Amino acid sequence: MLPKWFNDWNSANPTNIYGPAIVIGAAGGAVFVAAMLVAWGQPYATESLQTGPRGTGMERVEFVSTLAAGDPTVAGFEAIEPIVPRRGDPLAGDEYDVVPPALENVTAANYERLLTSMRAWTGIPDLLEDPDSYQTQVAYRMIEMTQNLNENWSAHVNANAEVGVTCYSCHRGQAVPNNIWFRVGDVNEAADGWPAIQNRVTMTSNFTSLPSTYLEQYLLANEDGSYTPIAVHDLSARVARQPGDPGIQNAEMTFGFMNYIDNSLGVGCTFCHNTRAFYDAGQVTPQWATAQLGIQMVQEMIAEYLIPVGELLPPERLGPVMADAPMAACRTCHQGQQRPLQGLNVIGMYPELATTSGDYDYSAFE
Amino acid sequence: MAYLEYQNIFTQVQVQGEPEMGMNGDVMGAERTTRASYSTWVGWLGNAQLGPIYLGWAGVVSIATGIVAFNIIGFNMLAQVGWSIPEFLRQLFWLALEPPGPEWGLTIPPLQEGGWYIIASFFLLVSVMSWWLRTYLLAEQHKMGKHIAWAFLAAIWLFLVLGLFRPILMGSWSEAVPYGIFPHLDWTTAFSIRYGNLYYNPFHCLSIVFLYGSVLLFAMHGGTILAVTRYGGDRELEQIVDRGTASERAALFWRWTMGFNATMEGIHRWAWWFAVLTPITGGIGILLTGTVVDNWFIWAQDHNFAPDYFDLGAYGYDSYGSYEGFGGISAGGE
Repeated sequence: MLPKWFNDWNSANPTNIYGPAIVIGAAGGAVFVAAMLVAWGQPYATESLQTGPRGTGMERVEFVSTLAAGDPTVAGFEAIEPIVPRRGDPLAGDEYDVVPPALENVTAANYERLLTSMRAWTGIPDLLEDPDSYQTQVAYRMIEMTQNLNENWSAHVNANAEVGVTCYSCHRGQAVPNNIWFRVGDVNEAADGWPAIQNRVTMTSNFTSLPSTYLEQYLLANEDGSYTPIAVHDLSARVARQPGDPGIQNAEMTFGFMNYIDNSLGVGCTFCHNTRAFYDAGQVTPQWATAQLGIQMVQEMIAEYLIPVGELLPPERLGPVMADAPMAACRTCHQGQQRPLQGLNVIGMYPELATTSGDYDYSAFE
Repeated sequence: MAYLEYQNIFTQVQVQGEPEMGMNGDVMGAERTTRASYSTWVGWLGNAQLGPIYLGWAGVVSIATGIVAFNIIGFNMLAQVGWSIPEFLRQLFWLALEPPGPEWGLTIPPLQEGGWYIIASFFLLVSVMSWWLRTYLLAEQHKMGKHIAWAFLAAIWLFLVLGLFRPILMGSWSEAVPYGIFPHLDWTTAFSIRYGNLYYNPFHCLSIVFLYGSVLLFAMHGGTILAVTRYGGDRELEQIVDRGTASERAALFWRWTMGFNATMEGIHRWAWWFAVLTPITGGIGILLTGTVVDNWFIWAQDHNFAPDYFDLGAYGYDSYGSYEGFGGISAGGE
C-alpha cells in the first residue's frame, strides 16, 4: 500500500517512535490540562475566611459551590408581617378555646397569623386545634421554650445580629425535626464500659471511631444535677496527679463532642481554637464564647423543656434504645451552617416569640 | 525511553538456577526447611529464590503467640458486631480491642471490659520478643554483628513504652493504645491533645528529625549507589576497603554539592543511627508525657520554646472578613 521507497527507508532506519510518542503525548496532555485550568478556571475553587492571626492556619475553607448552594431550607421560611394591635383589640386568650398560655396576651388577629406560620413551620396542619392531642400540650411547652431562647439566651441566638429562633429553626416544615438525638448507650456487643461505647460507624459518632455517647455525657445533667466539665488539660507544665484527673478517654470523648459541633456548624477546630493550645482562653476566637453559651443553652433547654416534653409523647416518638425523650443540640438548629438558616433573621417579624413577658414590641411595624 | 527502562523500582538483573540451600552443619541448619523455588515476579523485587526458611523454636513461639493475639483481637471485633461477617468487614477499620477504662488501674478487669486486651497484649509481647530473639540467634548463626537485632529492639522500645512501661508508670492500663485502625489514630490525637500538644515535646521533635532524616538519607544513598552502579558502585563492601572510581565520583558529587561527603562505610552508620534514633527518641518523649510533663505547650512556653502571637493579629473572623461575605445572609434579609 505504501510506496516501496518508503518501506525500504523505514526498514533501513529503525526508529523507536513509541517512546517519543508517549513523552510528547504526556507533555501535550499536561499542557492541555494547564491551558484548560487557566481558561475555564479551577473547577473546585475554594474560598477561605481567616479566623485568627496569620501563620496559625486559622481559617474556614469552603468550596465556592457549597457557599453558593447554601441551605436549601432558607427559601421555605414563610414570614407574615404582624398586625399592629389597636386599643380594644380582642386577645387570643379570650377569643379561642385552645390557646397556648404563653400566647394568651396576643391579639386574636396576630394569633391567627402566628397559627398560620407555626402550622407551616412545623408541617402540622391542625396544630393547636384539638385540646386533647398530645401535640397541643407539646406545642405549649415548645412555644415557651422558643420565647425563653430568644429572651434569655439572646447572647447566643442573637450573638452577631438579630437572628433569633422560631419553630422553623429546628422543624423546617417537619413535625419531627431532623437532627434530633437520643441516648444510644453501648454501641458494641460483647463489651462493657469504655470499650463498649465507641469504635462504630454511627450517626452520632459522625462516622468516626470516636465515642458515640458524648452528647449524653456532656449535655445531660448527672444525678446530682451537675454537668460533666469539658476539660482535659492540665494548666501547668507539671501538676500533682489527683484521682479523677481527666485521661486520654476524656480527651477522646471531648474530641467526639467538638467534632460534632464542627460538623453541625460546617466549620473546623480553628473556627474557635488556635489548635496549638486548645485549652488556652487567651487564644480563642469570640465564637468560642458564643459556643460556650450555646452548650449551656442546650443543657438548660434539655433539662427544662425537652425531657419534660418526653413525658407527653407517645411511645413511637421516644428513643429507639432507651425510650427517652428526643433531644436537641447544635445540629438540630444549625444544620451545617455557621449560623442557622445562613443567618436569616427569623424573629424580626415575630415579636410574640421574642419574649416571655407577654408585652410585645410592635414598634418596628407602626 | 531510557529513563523508564532505567529508573524504576524493579531489579534489572535476575539470577535463577540451582537453588542456594546454604550450609547444613548445626542444629539450626537441620531445622531449616528443605525446599526452595524460584519466582520471576519475586525476582523483580528482590532475590528470585524463595526459601528455604529457618523458623527455629523462637520463630515457632513467635508465630504461635502472634496468631493467638491476632485472633483474640479479631474475634473480639467480630463479637462486637454480633458475629456478623458483613458488618465485621464494613466496620473493620473502625473496630478495636480497647484497653480497660481508667477505673481499673493496673488490675485485670473482666474480659469484656478490657481483660481480653490484657491477654492479647501479653501474647503480643511474647510474640514480638521471641521474634526479636530469632533475629539475634540468626545473626549469631551467621556470625554476623547484631546490628539488625539492636535496630529492631529500638522499635520494640517504643512499642514497650506505649503499651507497657508508660501504663505502669502512670498506674493504669487505660493509658495503652487500642488495637484498631482508626481507634489507634484517635488515641494518638487524644494523647497529644490531653498532654497539651505533643508537637511541643522536644523528643517528639527529635524523633521527627530522625524520621525525616532517615527518609532523606535513604533517598540520597539509594540514588547515589544506583547512579554509580555502572562503575561498580553497587559492590559497596569492596568499595569500602578498595575505593574505586565509583566511590570517587559519588564522593566528589556530594562534596562539590554540599562541601561534605559521607564515606562508603560511614553512610551506613548514618542511616543505621538515624533509623534507630527515631523510635528511641520518640519512646523517650512518650515516656516523659504524663509522668514528667503534663502539658507540653506550657512546658514549651516556660522554656521559651513556643512563641507568642500578640502582635500578629486578632482572633475571630470579624477582624478579617464577614459572615455576610462568606455565604451568610445579611441583616437586611438578602
